[in-house]
Amino acid sequence: MNRWLIPLLLLALAALSVASLLSGTIWLSPAALAEAARAQHPTLAGLIITEIRLPRLVLGILVGAILGLSGAVLQGLLRNPLAEPGLLGVSAGASLGAVIAIYFGLAAHFALATPLFGLVGGLVTAGLALTLARSGGTLALILAGAAVSSIAGAGVSLALNLAPNPYAAYEIMTWLMGSLADRSWDHVVLAGPFILIGAALLLATARAIDALTLGEAQAESLGVNLKRIRLLALFGTALGVGAATAVTGAIGFVGLIAPHIVRPLVGHRPGATLVPAAIAGAVIVTAADIATRLVHFGPEIRLGVFVSVVGAPFFLWLVLHVRNTAP
Amino acid sequence: MSDLVLEGVSVVRRGRLVLDWADVHFAAGRLTVVIGANGAGKSTLLEVAAGLLPPGRGQVTLGGAPLAAIGRQGLARRRAYLPQSPRVDWAISVERVVALGLSAHLPAFGGLPAIWQPRIDAALDRYDLLALRDRPATRLSGGELARVMLARATVGEPELLIVDEPTAGLDPRHALDAAKRLRALADAGHTVIVALHDLDLALRIADDVVAVRNGRIAVQGDAETIFTGEMLGALYDVAVRVTRDADGASIRFLD
Repeated sequence: MNRWLIPLLLLALAALSVASLLSGTIWLSPAALAEAARAQHPTLAGLIITEIRLPRLVLGILVGAILGLSGAVLQGLLRNPLAEPGLLGVSAGASLGAVIAIYFGLAAHFALATPLFGLVGGLVTAGLALTLARSGGTLALILAGAAVSSIAGAGVSLALNLAPNPYAAYEIMTWLMGSLADRSWDHVVLAGPFILIGAALLLATARAIDALTLGEAQAESLGVNLKRIRLLALFGTALGVGAATAVTGAIGFVGLIAPHIVRPLVGHRPGATLVPAAIAGAVIVTAADIATRLVHFGPEIRLGVFVSVVGAPFFLWLVLHVRNTAP
Repeated sequence: MSDLVLEGVSVVRRGRLVLDWADVHFAAGRLTVVIGANGAGKSTLLEVAAGLLPPGRGQVTLGGAPLAAIGRQGLARRRAYLPQSPRVDWAISVERVVALGLSAHLPAFGGLPAIWQPRIDAALDRYDLLALRDRPATRLSGGELARVMLARATVGEPELLIVDEPTAGLDPRHALDAAKRLRALADAGHTVIVALHDLDLALRIADDVVAVRNGRIAVQGDAETIFTGEMLGALYDVAVRVTRDADGASIRFLD
């Protein structure tokens, strides 16, 4: 439809990426960036970039992209503009897993315990939702996701309630707010493969999701295997969003908003929104991550909180807009 | 051209037998109208015939080959199916809706190959949609949407077209228009199966009739022999008179 959309989005992402590498407590100039890239021996600027800002940038792009992609697939699959990656219980499950690791103090002994537990939590909840919804259709999947999500949410509340000391509760709370701060290459290596596999599964649904515009009966008559598509969407979301939530904490609204931003630009075709929504998600997270470094209200504002503060009004607008334009 | 044959087909839905031992022969190149009261099993019969609902017992063959052997994609290229009150959930253009009818012909990834564009243009032209091609499909009138759906169903030149209640919710002029277009498809050599409540319309376009009553095939055969007062009276439990005059035949329900 609009062949400049993807190149322009990539250009915006590239520009934001450079800005992200330069901005922070220590501001770097583009010249310092170039010098660090050329230097034979590690310099201070070089270390800041390769060990602190680059993994943070890569992780932000991966997380934003999988959230946008998963949101686009789920909105297309469920034919509901308000669908988002958290709907299937994956984010809540990943949060609960991570909170368990923090609660029992495992994170203090082993740095990657939190993301590992988060990953397991996300996969377990997705598996549970799938088992509950196996015989039913799409609605059964949504309801099972909502139920599993509530259970995981209750678990998180319980952990906060029973936290042995205020510091543990504080640690859980801040983790739940979602952040890219202090993430290393270890986090990228842990989450990256899952996010990439998840993305591949999600991208494979594009053609079917286009056909689903006509409803499930017509899509099936056009050769779409609905069971297979549901599995692809669920597993893709479980692996990708589960891993993303496990390393960054819950970052809401990206998966909801990104597809809506690009949808009018691709002629509203659900299958065509997938790739642009992924890039838009990466743009949103990268931009928000830069903003959290620029905006100072005393303590650092958390990425998840910042996105929510900006995303919630957008959500309100969306609800009003959808009400006016719904078919 | 190949016949669609249902042999001993039974379907149980939520513990209720909705189709009981149906033996139906849909002849190739003819327009068969499926009639029957609400809840008689018409839609189920059409779903089984379209290969969307695997029957609990019995088998469905197209040209002698079981539908399962033809496969999901193969079947999607050969038959088109329109459910009752079809709708479009996203504001995609009319042209894209029609293009979706080619889904089974396209590779798994990538855009629409250019060789298909003339087929889409022809389908838009055939259904008088050229002026509407860029209109979002969510902003169409009922009559326009019915034409778009027929264009989308026929763009891939399927040999078999199955349509459930295409005239539901249409005013008489548009209902007549839709019926005429289905007739034209059958005249062009497609096998058309259509469920209709409007018996006057059915009478006007049908070659053959399959009548369903309480999940069983009550009667099937040539339209002339079935559209009689006695047959329809027995089917709907109402006294019926079929009158034929200079304007054609019409059906009067007497109570």
